[in-house]
Amino acid sequence: MRQVIVGMGTCGLSAGARETYNTLKDLLPDGSAGVAAAALSITGCIGMCYREPLVEVREDGRRTIYGEVKPDRAREIVEHHVLGGRVLDDYVVFSEDASGQTGGSEKDFLALQKRIVLRNCGFIDPESIAEYEAVGGYQALRKALFEMTPASIIEEVKQSGLRGRGGAGFPTGLKWGFAAGYKGERKYVVCNADEGDPGAFMDRSVLESDPHAVLEGMIICSRAIGASQGYIYCRAEYPLAIKRLTTAIAAARKAGYLGKNILGSGLDFDIKIKQGAGAFVCGEETALFASIEGERGMPRIRPPFPAEKGLWKMPTNNNNVETYANIPWILVHGAPAYAAYGTEKSRGTKVFALAGTVVRGGLAEVPMGTTINQLVFGIGGGIKDGKKFKAVQMGGPSGGCIPHTLGETPVDFENIPRTGAIMGSGGLIVMDETTCIVDIARFFLNFTQDESCGKCTFCRIGSLRMLEILERITSGEGRLEDVDKLKVLSERIKEASLCALGQTAPNPVLTSLRYFMDEVLVHINDKKCPAKVCGALVDYVIDPAKCTGCTLCAKACASNAITGKVKEVHVIDHALCIKCGKCITSCTFGAVYKD
Amino acid sequence: MPDKNRDTDFTYRLWRYDGAPGELIPLLQSAQDHFGYIPRRAIKYISTVTNIPESNIYGVITFYNQFRLQPMGEHQIKLCVGTACHVSRSKLLVETVQDELGIEVGGTTEDGIFTLFTVACLGCCSLAPVMMIDEETHGRLTPASVRKILRGIRRQAKQKNQDAQLRAS
Ligand SMILES: Cc1cc2nc3c(=O)[nH]c(=O)nc-3n(C[C@H](O)[C@H](O)[C@H](O)COP(=O)(O)O)c2cc1C
Ligand code: FES
Repeated sequence: MRQVIVGMGTCGLSAGARETYNTLKDLLPDGSAGVAAAALSITGCIGMCYREPLVEVREDGRRTIYGEVKPDRAREIVEHHVLGGRVLDDYVVFSEDASGQTGGSEKDFLALQKRIVLRNCGFIDPESIAEYEAVGGYQALRKALFEMTPASIIEEVKQSGLRGRGGAGFPTGLKWGFAAGYKGERKYVVCNADEGDPGAFMDRSVLESDPHAVLEGMIICSRAIGASQGYIYCRAEYPLAIKRLTTAIAAARKAGYLGKNILGSGLDFDIKIKQGAGAFVCGEETALFASIEGERGMPRIRPPFPAEKGLWKMPTNNNNVETYANIPWILVHGAPAYAAYGTEKSRGTKVFALAGTVVRGGLAEVPMGTTINQLVFGIGGGIKDGKKFKAVQMGGPSGGCIPHTLGETPVDFENIPRTGAIMGSGGLIVMDETTCIVDIARFFLNFTQDESCGKCTFCRIGSLRMLEILERITSGEGRLEDVDKLKVLSERIKEASLCALGQTAPNPVLTSLRYFMDEVLVHINDKKCPAKVCGALVDYVIDPAKCTGCTLCAKACASNAITGKVKEVHVIDHALCIKCGKCITSCTFGAVYKD
Repeated sequence: MPDKNRDTDFTYRLWRYDGAPGELIPLLQSAQDHFGYIPRRAIKYISTVTNIPESNIYGVITFYNQFRLQPMGEHQIKLCVGTACHVSRSKLLVETVQDELGIEVGGTTEDGIFTLFTVACLGCCSLAPVMMIDEETHGRLTPASVRKILRGIRRQAKQKNQDAQLRAS
């Protein structure tokens, strides 16, 4: 029987997968018309977000994935492939036959990848525990319960070299060992699914596409450290992830993987979901505990570390979603198999959310040590519209912009921090020549300043002062001494802030000063923005080829700077223009641009 | 939209409250689900039942971005200003929506049809710049397409309200 599978992650749904699914549902044969029935099911995200909606046809060990499947294309696929048995090569983005031979226009996107965390994403139905079990799901848990001791589990995780994927890269085995060592009335296992980096969506995809892998990792952790209760702290902005987790937890309870006396082993462990309420700082683990406890999510002073006194002052182990999702694979395949990937100090693989001005934006998992260029060009397919590669931003508000000249830098926990950025949780935003680095620094500082919880002065006021300076520079009022002021402030904030939010907040500014000083100085000295972004430092111009003389911009202009007759090309008088930008937002033809 | 699920229903949750710690935020979330925002009287109920002072509850509400103390419009616009969308000029779109609707971020239009929020990453960066209106995502936006979408929704909403008035009279 042919199986037809629609990718229904958030990215697929936002590209129209629901409509595609409904179309297929109406069209697929149910066996009644004398044609063999085709089964319709759903899956999560395979990572090729740039070609969504994706539809896969699976038959006799052969997978064919079609891209950009809107209802019309869905009809063609049903007619020719599902019913007629003929593959529509033009639409195939990826295919794989029983012997492992791959094809399709996007096969390079997957060729450089090694999918451990994403092993099931886009392959199984995330709402079906049976499908997870069919691909070896919960085997690792059985092994942990019946063939391993808590100590040997921790040893295995240590040997694998796995380091936390939430940003800081702390060795996971070591962390579990600490939590196992402390005694407490109760112990907790917490999963950080707050994913605060404003340009990252790896954790969301894993939760939506393979929720059981995360649950299994957490249950194994509970056995290793002796915990009885688990919490998943998930952003409220991820409704689909919360829904699929809820379904998965209920199914796991029913199957005996959660609850009392798990699989007859005597282990008691259950998991609750806590929805975040929209505060970036709650991704910081001590603030996250405060939030679960129902308080304002303010970080607490460490030590004591969570392993000793965490949630409700009990020994707690907190890891990131991706960290837990690695665990079942490690137990099944063994630590040496995992450690075989990656570099000496950064073992295994890392998932990246590729976005920005890259051709193929989506999710990619690569061995640690893959270079930035391989990610941007090999997997990402280079820069959109033939523009020039300028930089990548890694680590979000705590990270920085790495210039294209450092494109050969291997991505791992040793080399990325040397550039002044951080590994972060995996957001990787590609920027071309039309991105202004000063504006990006301002953007992130605006974010951290806004999200600072306000507890410590250096973070609360210091970041505001830095933001004011950057705003001055981007609006053409920068002074030369501002550069030194930014450096001094950065150092003070790094030293004196209580949590990593403040300690890392200056990073985006520092990397900009380090690699793009020329661009900063042009803003300050010449009052120009080379990337043509900063509104006050550019001229607004009307493209005569696009202008239709509709007069909308002239009507919107508050300072009467735009003149022109109806149905004739309009012009902007730069002497009168106050650079408010109303003409750009009012033009229906995209004829106004910044120069 | 009020949620009829027992686990999240506000009155049910209040009634079931047994003093277990950590319930304040879920209570506030279900109050917001129930009323569309957190009205003064919900804060009072919660305070009476949990014995948490109203001032503390207020402190928690204002700490988190999710909670609203004012009613929201019929349609909620969540305009993404995450990194990828920012790089794709989402600022221009914020200005466009503000200009089209005459409201600031966080504000509601006078006719009660729209409330505008900005959010950080909706998770479909490959469609940047993106906005979500209620449950629907709109991608690859331009100032012109944003205006078109908003006008379409407003027309529908007005029509719906008129129809409702006609039926009522
Ligand atoms: C401001 C701030 C935000 C953070 N946000 C997240 C987050 O969204 N997700 C995450 O897993 N870790 C986040 N972290 C890191 C956590 O504090 C913690 O180190 C991590 O969850 C530990 O898991 P790991 O060892 O598996 O990496 C954040 C830290 C800071 C300081
Ligand atoms: S940054 Fe807008 S969707 Fe990710």
